[in-house]
Amino acid sequence: MSPKTLYDKIWDAHLVDEQADGTCLLYIDRHLVHEVTSPQAFEGLRLTHRKVHAPDKTIAVPDHNVPTTQGRENPEQMTEDSRIQVQALDTNAKEFGIHYYPVSDVRQGIVHIVGPEQGWTLPGMTVVCGDSHTATHGAFGALAHGIGTSEVEHVLATQTLIQKKSKNMKVEITGKLKPGVTAKDITLAVIGKTGTAGGTGYVIEYCGEAIRDLSMEGRMTVCNMAIEGGARAGLIAPDETTFEYVKGRPHAPKGAQWETALEWWKTLYSDDDAQWDKVVTLKGEEIEPVVTWGTSPEDVLPIGATVPAPEDFEGGKVEAARRSLDYMGLKPGTPLSEIKIDAVFIGSCTNGRIEDLREVAKVVKGKKVAEGVRAMIVPGSGLVRAQAEEEGLADIFAEAGFEWRLAGCSMCLAMNPDQLAPGERCASTSNRNFEGRQGYKGRTHLMSPAMAAAAAVTGHLTDVRELS
Amino acid sequence: MEKFEKLTGIAAPMPLVNIDTDMIIPKQFLKTIKRSGLGVHAFAEMRYDQEGNENPDFVLNKPAYRESKIIVAGDNFGCGSSREHAPWALADFGIKCVISTSFADIFFNNCFKNGILPIVLPQEDIDKLMDDAERGANAVVTVDLENQVITGPDGGEVKFEVDAFKKHCLLNGLDDIGLTMEKAPAIEAFEATASQARPWV
Repeated sequence: MSPKTLYDKIWDAHLVDEQADGTCLLYIDRHLVHEVTSPQAFEGLRLTHRKVHAPDKTIAVPDHNVPTTQGRENPEQMTEDSRIQVQALDTNAKEFGIHYYPVSDVRQGIVHIVGPEQGWTLPGMTVVCGDSHTATHGAFGALAHGIGTSEVEHVLATQTLIQKKSKNMKVEITGKLKPGVTAKDITLAVIGKTGTAGGTGYVIEYCGEAIRDLSMEGRMTVCNMAIEGGARAGLIAPDETTFEYVKGRPHAPKGAQWETALEWWKTLYSDDDAQWDKVVTLKGEEIEPVVTWGTSPEDVLPIGATVPAPEDFEGGKVEAARRSLDYMGLKPGTPLSEIKIDAVFIGSCTNGRIEDLREVAKVVKGKKVAEGVRAMIVPGSGLVRAQAEEEGLADIFAEAGFEWRLAGCSMCLAMNPDQLAPGERCASTSNRNFEGRQGYKGRTHLMSPAMAAAAAVTGHLTDVRELS
Repeated sequence: MEKFEKLTGIAAPMPLVNIDTDMIIPKQFLKTIKRSGLGVHAFAEMRYDQEGNENPDFVLNKPAYRESKIIVAGDNFGCGSSREHAPWALADFGIKCVISTSFADIFFNNCFKNGILPIVLPQEDIDKLMDDAERGANAVVTVDLENQVITGPDGGEVKFEVDAFKKHCLLNGLDDIGLTMEKAPAIEAFEATASQARPWV
């Protein structure tokens, strides 16, 4: 047998049909659904009198629109259009008989946090969702990617997707990370190196010692932003860390089925002599804590650097950098660590898990949020929130002066009331620093939870390692 | 879906790289349960000020480009969010073709589901077409999908590649759910085998 990558193996195990031109029909094991990209798909089913092909494999949860303040079960807390969208998901979930976690359920949260938490996401699966950050689930050695609403309808109706195979890209992070450097720094550093289109046409497999050393939470952070690097998906071969995380989760296999599953999962790795179409290598020990300065996730620099000038770039990037600097209100040559902030957002499908909150607690324990800074922590799910409260993290946050919110996507994309005002500058653990992303004319600097926590207590972008 | 055969129209230049789907349709317009009516909000935060007045400098607000059917764009067009509201907004505005050196994967696929043809060309062809597009009302370009050729205002021709299956679907306006449902026996056979091999799924 010819050697295969992990991606090849998962692909082959899900191939329903292949045409001579390479157009394939791929079977989908898990379809995650949220309220923003699904109403038109369910409406399409109704109009064509089609059913959901595999309701047992379809899991829905509202996350993008939901308020993160207390009393949100009261629909009056939402704007009318948000309420209509959430109610449409309620109705569609019931009518089509799919799994559903409503706002009132403690298991509700961001779809990409709920899926793994409940054991819906397992190694070797194909996972899709009408959301680009579906790449998150690749951390389990699953082939997971975002799709559009037409494709959501296609999966609902047939449990398959029409696909052409992507190319294989290996991203290896060798060696050990230095203290203060986290999974978020890895994933941002990779995008800084490859650019936001560097992964276009590829599925990335992350590997190397620094990746192996990461927890599942860290691996999810890395894979989550594969899409910011332009890749269709990012994945990591499952290992003992993966199996340990999955075991005992509500929808993970049990008993004899667990053993059968484990046997197969242990075959899910790239063969030694597998062929790669592109290889990128970073040395773990050379990665610094990083922040973004511009309006593209590729605008990444170590915290010790200064704001670049448009002339530092080439081609179309010169004009893009000029526009970014103007939008961000930054002058070339300014040390990044002197940039003052107005707001801090900790949360999102990138960094809304328990380990992220522990990192924040470590930094802010016994300290105070700087005066004039609005700092918000939004756990990724109701269960993350409960765990943080049980571990005493919520008390640390409250004493430091953070707002402690209910679960949802929140200020990552500001579809709910959590938004920046025009001109406000935010240290954010989310995944996109696009213009207007966190609110009209809002300014976003992406970074790790530890770095966002450090910024919260000093009031400016800060190297977390220099904070005593 | 509407068929795409041959398109003749004004091409608008948008040379900025990394135009993301948040720019194409900002989040506040995703709170809809319909596909229609998004054209007025396309590029909203670049096209209007906070009071809703048009920004005269934005290309699609300029008299020559208000009826554009084609965009010639900088690299990595459509990156970011998977929102299909982006091609819905473009199509509703009247944009049926986008030409760039590269597109983000999900946006690229979403276009084909909505009768929009995304064309990838080398930088030198984009530079030529960007020059053509800068000519305002004279920037009339014809895109012939059947023959895979773009004809510029001077009659110059540029050939382009397109996936054969996607071309077939666009030319005929085919709904691919219907096509896949014809393969129901293969899907059922797959499910029968998979439920033996991986019963935990």
